[in-house]
Amino acid sequence: MDEPFLIIEDLSLRKSDRWILQNINLSFYPGKIHALLGLNGSGKSSLAYTIMGCEGYTPTTGRIILDGKDITHASITERARMGITLAWQEPVRFEGLPIGKYIGLGAGENNREKVIAALEAVSLPVKAYGYRPVDQTLSGGERKRVELAAVYAMQPRLAILDEPDSGIDALSVVDITRLIQKLANQGSAILLITHRPELIGVADEASLMCLGTIVFHGSPMDANRYYQTRCQTHLDTLGNQPWTPATLAGQSLDQERKTG
Amino acid sequence: MSSIQMGQHAIGRAPSWAGEMEAMMDAYRQAGGDPDALKLPEVATLVVSGSQVLASHSIPGVHLEAEPLEQGVHARILVEPNTRVRYPVHLCFGVIPAEGIQQIEAEYEIGHGAQVEFLAHCSFPNALRVEHRMVANIHVGREARLTYSEEHFHGQTGGIDVRPTSKIIVEDGGQFTGSFVLTRGRIGSLEMDYVADAGQDALVELVTKAYGSEDDKVKLQETIRLNGDNARGLSKTRIAVKGRAISEVNTTMEGNAPGARGHMDCTEIVRDQAMAANNPLVKVTNAHALVTHEAAIGTVNRKEIETLMARGLDEAEAVDLIIRAMIR
Repeated sequence: MDEPFLIIEDLSLRKSDRWILQNINLSFYPGKIHALLGLNGSGKSSLAYTIMGCEGYTPTTGRIILDGKDITHASITERARMGITLAWQEPVRFEGLPIGKYIGLGAGENNREKVIAALEAVSLPVKAYGYRPVDQTLSGGERKRVELAAVYAMQPRLAILDEPDSGIDALSVVDITRLIQKLANQGSAILLITHRPELIGVADEASLMCLGTIVFHGSPMDANRYYQTRCQTHLDTLGNQPWTPATLAGQSLDQERKTG
Repeated sequence: MSSIQMGQHAIGRAPSWAGEMEAMMDAYRQAGGDPDALKLPEVATLVVSGSQVLASHSIPGVHLEAEPLEQGVHARILVEPNTRVRYPVHLCFGVIPAEGIQQIEAEYEIGHGAQVEFLAHCSFPNALRVEHRMVANIHVGREARLTYSEEHFHGQTGGIDVRPTSKIIVEDGGQFTGSFVLTRGRIGSLEMDYVADAGQDALVELVTKAYGSEDDKVKLQETIRLNGDNARGLSKTRIAVKGRAISEVNTTMEGNAPGARGHMDCTEIVRDQAMAANNPLVKVTNAHALVTHEAAIGTVNRKEIETLMARGLDEAEAVDLIIRAMIR
């Protein structure tokens, strides 16, 4: 495997007297997909915002190192210009801003071809969507596709995709999976936050988050198995809910408690 | 008064006021207009500079008449019943000198069943002390459709007072869609006062967009009365103010008949030391009518800014793009 170009080093974030993230260590490699799993509230999105440098998400301790340079306190703009970008789980709407222009923002000069390719990559016909505004007239699924197209057009070094599959139909998941693979094939590293097994399957490695910490790191299959059968904290939090395939990995809940 | 028949278009000739026309065309271009469109014989056109009618070009079914007043022009615009006007009627008003008063008194009569679009461009590129008053009476006949889009271009000095006043009557089944855009150059002082009455199954949409800076002032007074059964109304306002600019939006929507549906939608973005106010008044006199309103006033949403920053824009560029898109 290549050397990691981006390293998250012992990162912690405290907000309102509560630890949101604790001692996070991650490495990102060109062209590799890193899936991030975890229940709602486990800190996945907070980690995404912290890597992106969003307001209110400056790490309390730890560092973010890009190409050997400490970018922990770089602005979002600086990070974006260094090749890091984020597709939000619930993307905002922009009244009056044409989709083509929005997608082209991060694509550099003479970006027409990139915009067209990005729209095609998310199966949105250029003629029908290029001049439509990124506003409330788009459905949730269409807006998600536009967001992914904007990321795709940037050809970033790291694309953080926060649940790109949430709120969309199964058919769209196929498109999204294809797009993620395409991005990776072009050399982008991807931090893929998701709950869907079919998306986890495209990842090269995976981490499982729980209460702000990474409790498991390994192959996507193992991480997913661990996620499905839950760690101790999940059980304490949620109890035995019907969806829990407790014997999925041939492990008993007691065994899970021990490993959790 | 000047009236020129098709094929004998005024624009393109070189009479004594050719210089003035050239200046108006430059200003028209700055206001977003296309001077070439004014030269087409099939396009009805009215060009007024100060109190001088530079061109008045009628086409079959669309009659434009204009006569000078002491400080402006009185115009009568008639669209014959059931006329479908293929190309938008172009209106071009302006004051080229730095000082002056222009009062446009306009009577619009849109015959029943007619369908027409007006593109009005108002240019005041050099204004230091200019007043532009527009007093319009608009009558949209039964089942007729009128789309009226007015765009202003002001210079950077802010030395202009704009006072558009319109009384709009939309008869049963008729539609009036009006937009007023003042987002290029300084606003100066803008005081709008529009009143619209909608009959049965009629539709009234009023859209206003303005971008104020320095010590610009915007005061918008708008009333839509939904008087007929199933009448529909929409008032949409998008205003951004920065510097020490002030904006006050007062909109009234009345639901006075069964099935009437009205909505007021106001967004104002405030930056620097600017101030903005919105006073929506909902009045319903019929138990089967419904009027709603929404308003958002304040800074640009942080997540919107961060989304654009994540594409590489800096914060100032992101804010400017969001505002420009909103008032586009």
